[in-house]
Amino acid sequence: MIKVHVDMNLCQSHGECVYAAADVFELGDDDVLRWKEEVDDDRRAELEEAVNVCPMAAIRLEG
Amino acid sequence: MDPLVIVGASLAGARAARAARMAGYEGKLVMIGAEPHLPYTRPPLSKEILAGTKDASSCRIDIDDCEVDWRLGEPASGLDLDARQVALAGGETISFERLVIATGCRARRWVGAGGELRGVHVLRDLDHATGLAAALADGRRLVILGAGFLGCEAAASARSRGAAVTLVDTAPLPMPGVGDALGRRCAEMHHAHGVELQLGIGVVAIHGDEEGAVEAVELANGARLPADLVLVAIGAIPNTEWLAGSGLTLDPGVVCDAHLAAVGSAGVFCCGDVAAWPHPLAAGELVRLEHWTNAAEQGAVAGRNAVVAPADRVAYEAVPSFWSDQYDAKFQAVGLPRRARRMEVAETGPDGERFIVLGCDDRGRPVAALAFNGGRRLPWYRRMLDGGADRKAILAAVEADPKSFAGAAVVS
Ligand SMILES: Cc1cc2nc3c(=O)[nH]c(=O)nc-3n(C[C@H](O)[C@H](O)[C@H](O)COP(=O)(O)OP(=O)(O)OC[C@H]3O[C@@H](n4cnc5c(N)ncnc54)[C@H](O)[C@@H]3O)c2cc1C
Ligand code: SF4
Repeated sequence: MIKVHVDMNLCQSHGECVYAAADVFELGDDDVLRWKEEVDDDRRAELEEAVNVCPMAAIRLEG
Repeated sequence: MDPLVIVGASLAGARAARAARMAGYEGKLVMIGAEPHLPYTRPPLSKEILAGTKDASSCRIDIDDCEVDWRLGEPASGLDLDARQVALAGGETISFERLVIATGCRARRWVGAGGELRGVHVLRDLDHATGLAAALADGRRLVILGAGFLGCEAAASARSRGAAVTLVDTAPLPMPGVGDALGRRCAEMHHAHGVELQLGIGVVAIHGDEEGAVEAVELANGARLPADLVLVAIGAIPNTEWLAGSGLTLDPGVVCDAHLAAVGSAGVFCCGDVAAWPHPLAAGELVRLEHWTNAAEQGAVAGRNAVVAPADRVAYEAVPSFWSDQYDAKFQAVGLPRRARRMEVAETGPDGERFIVLGCDDRGRPVAALAFNGGRRLPWYRRMLDGGADRKAILAAVEADPKSFAGAAVVS
């Protein structure tokens, strides 16, 4: 399992991470980001893409 | 492959370096940058840095573990593809086996009268932003030439500092190219925040006083706008001059193939604001983008392609995305708005404070979706564009989708 951390003090709801991994990240009706905190290992490439496209460098992966 | 040389030490170059290392490249990696700074990210320059809510150190791009041989503060001045050498402005030459070109864009300057006056600024680099931020003490009068994204963001940031701001553009609405609905909304927003809009009119000259400081901006109708500061925000020019005579094709940027290899070269790759490459959404025509995400993703692909075996190179064909923050509003786009000939509002929230515009090209094919405070809908549009959905199918699906603003309006 990969743990996904998002620093909500940095996140500006640009949603670039949602493009990278739509079923992990989602912008809610209130425009606040929601995400799955634990994701299967076989999704690593998409998660790394999400880390790379976040303009605020707000996403961190663990494991 | 040794050494890998990257020219341009900004976002695309930094991501290329990281990707080359991630792909297993362990050789020498040289990064040549014209600016004295380590790579930093530009979007905050017109937003938080200008508004004074963040400092320069928050803009650094993390590249610490990439083992880079830095050559900062001196631009590359020439490329010799036969000798496989990059020349530096100081006369030194640096040999390469693989090369990544990531020299981005620079601000277009005002070449008319008054461009050299004290108080006339451009905004592209960190030093520009900190300089303008320092000059923007409360109550000063700032005239911005150009109401594109950069000019609009700077207007919002300068208002938050209490400056008196005038936005001037020859176009009838701000953010030219995003369509009338968004342009009108943007104009209303700036008006509501106290920005004076001078639209549909050109600037003929910038005037100064005897000491060489800016005093006023003269419009085509003879009006003079008093100014303590002028920001010239009239677009960006790709930094390709150093490649003149190298044999590479340089219009509308360094021309690449789908794998981001520079056409007419071997082992030379290109990425970011300076690169032009054939895009599927543009029916294979060349596009050159000036978007953060494009530079980040393209940099990663170019850096990887530069060091892997030719058979392992991947094509770059992401659907582009872009954002702009002004006041507390968020503007977001996916696709290629510049190719759209027709823009229509596809869905609107009940209060009209959120909406999505769909853009179709000259053949009626959807090529872009643009959101005003509606970014959460764009992943859906991006998938539609990626899948080649036609206009009717998209509009029908919006109508039926309970998650769309239109659907929500019906439900509520
Ligand atoms: C103020 C501002 C705000 C922005 N806001 C947004 C936004 O909100 N959203 C968005 O999507 N995009 C935004 N952008 C655009 C985004 O920042 C760019 O797309 C991105 O910076 C492009 O990265 P790049 O590495 O290709 O080029 P650049 O960032 O332009 O970097 C190119 C680097 O190469 C160097 N260089 C040039 N010539 C030479 C040479 N001959 N030798 C060596 N080095 C050279 C330059 O000095 C520069 O450091 C903004 C841009 C600016 C300026
Ligand atoms: S890309 Fe980054 S800033 Fe944007 S929504 Fe995702 S985590 Fe937040």
